[in-house]
Amino acid sequence: MIKLENLTKHFGSKKVLEAVNLTISDGQAISIIGPSGCGKSTLLKLLIKLDQPTSGKIFIDQQDVNALDEEALIGLRKKIGMIFQTSALFDSMTVFENVAFALREHTNKKEGEVNEIVKAKLEMVELEGTGDLMPAELSGGMQRRVCIARALAFDPRIILYDEPTTGLDPITAVTIENLMIKLGRQLKATSIVVTHVLQTVFRTSERIYFLADGKLIDLGSPQEAQSSNDPRVKTFITGGLNP
Amino acid sequence: MPYEKFLEQLGQKVEDIFAGFGYVTILFLKVLANLFQGKMSVKLTLEQMVKIGVESLPLALTTSAFVGMVFAMQIAGEFTKFGAGKFVGGVMAIAMARELGPAITGIVVAARVAAAITAEIGTMKVTEQIDALQALGATVEKYLVIPRFIATTIMLPLLTVLTILTGFWGSYLVAVYIIKINPTQYLDNAQYMLRTWDIWCGLIKTAFFGMIIAIIACYRGLNTKGGAKGVGEATTSSVVTTLIALFIVNYFLSVLFFK
Repeated sequence: MIKLENLTKHFGSKKVLEAVNLTISDGQAISIIGPSGCGKSTLLKLLIKLDQPTSGKIFIDQQDVNALDEEALIGLRKKIGMIFQTSALFDSMTVFENVAFALREHTNKKEGEVNEIVKAKLEMVELEGTGDLMPAELSGGMQRRVCIARALAFDPRIILYDEPTTGLDPITAVTIENLMIKLGRQLKATSIVVTHVLQTVFRTSERIYFLADGKLIDLGSPQEAQSSNDPRVKTFITGGLNP
Repeated sequence: MPYEKFLEQLGQKVEDIFAGFGYVTILFLKVLANLFQGKMSVKLTLEQMVKIGVESLPLALTTSAFVGMVFAMQIAGEFTKFGAGKFVGGVMAIAMARELGPAITGIVVAARVAAAITAEIGTMKVTEQIDALQALGATVEKYLVIPRFIATTIMLPLLTVLTILTGFWGSYLVAVYIIKINPTQYLDNAQYMLRTWDIWCGLIKTAFFGMIIAIIACYRGLNTKGGAKGVGEATTSSVVTTLIALFIVNYFLSVLFFK
């Protein structure tokens, strides 16, 4: 279970998150939507301590994330897979090396075993045979899928998606969404998607939250979110145009 | 008010310098703590030793050969006017071992390697690769900083041995074949005046230079902000800061060792 208690994050005078409270049950798929720059990605980074909150607490499986020492934090990060908006593949490594990175870093598995796992992960994201390619040789959609394969190395119980379909063409975006749905079923992992692409949100989430002015508003299910009466949500969903 | 703005900017600059100094110190202590716990990758360290040491060889050797040659031309030319030509070998040997060899190696590696380290880590930072590294449970110190720290600390003294030798033999060629100083006298005087301690001090200095180069370059890279422009600024700043730090540290180490 993931629990945020009065989570606050300020960048100088800019208040990105203001006393945010949220509980996510195991296996739940939620999305956080909101305009660009509202703090969605920051929220994800706080969850795995890539950044520190100004105040408030984050609990993952009853562990206070900010109180963890280095070893415990590494243990926690192994349970979480993060998909980055820019894919963030290591550009000096091949696709194979990217996916094998965490396995080589944290386990003493033999190369043959690593080989098998990497092959299985690449098959999972339908990228068989790309192991020898460099990230620069892949399209944006393929890079995003390699990023997903890399995040799956330890079969994470929590998957964090930062703008997983932003900047992709509609067909590739649907492919990624299908993959997210498939992974949710296969791994039974908790997933948090932050994005402003509404199609992705409606297809992949059970519950939707709207982040604006540092506050998190619970919009309910995708159907409920679409009929929200909050003017900010309505404007966001319709793009400011009258329906 | 212009004065107020000036003072505000000055205060900010001073604050940035102290913050930077604090960050560099913390990074250095973290590296030492990780090293004492044996957290290092031999493979990555060897890769960096090749990149930093072996690939700097052509530039370091060429520079030291020509510095030795030009230095000999000036020294030998002037010394022979006063009948002191027999001291040229010793002066050159001491100059190369104590100052020129270490300084050339430090400057060459700072210019070439500090820029490369900062550009590489800075690019990783702005493309979220550093975040990805941490998200995958790796630590920045173990994966990025320590291999570079060990590589520069070990390879700089080794490079310096070669730059001292190359610079000395460059000076020998000019002094003997152009200025016409007696070769036996040149070598005998060098052997007489140069102490083993001079060479050790030069090598110890460059080990310090190596640590400084790696820590400052990594610090600048890890604190890169913005896109390509940010990487460019961080790289320039890294080379400038490293060179200033090297000259200052070189002075104090020379005072410590030779005064």
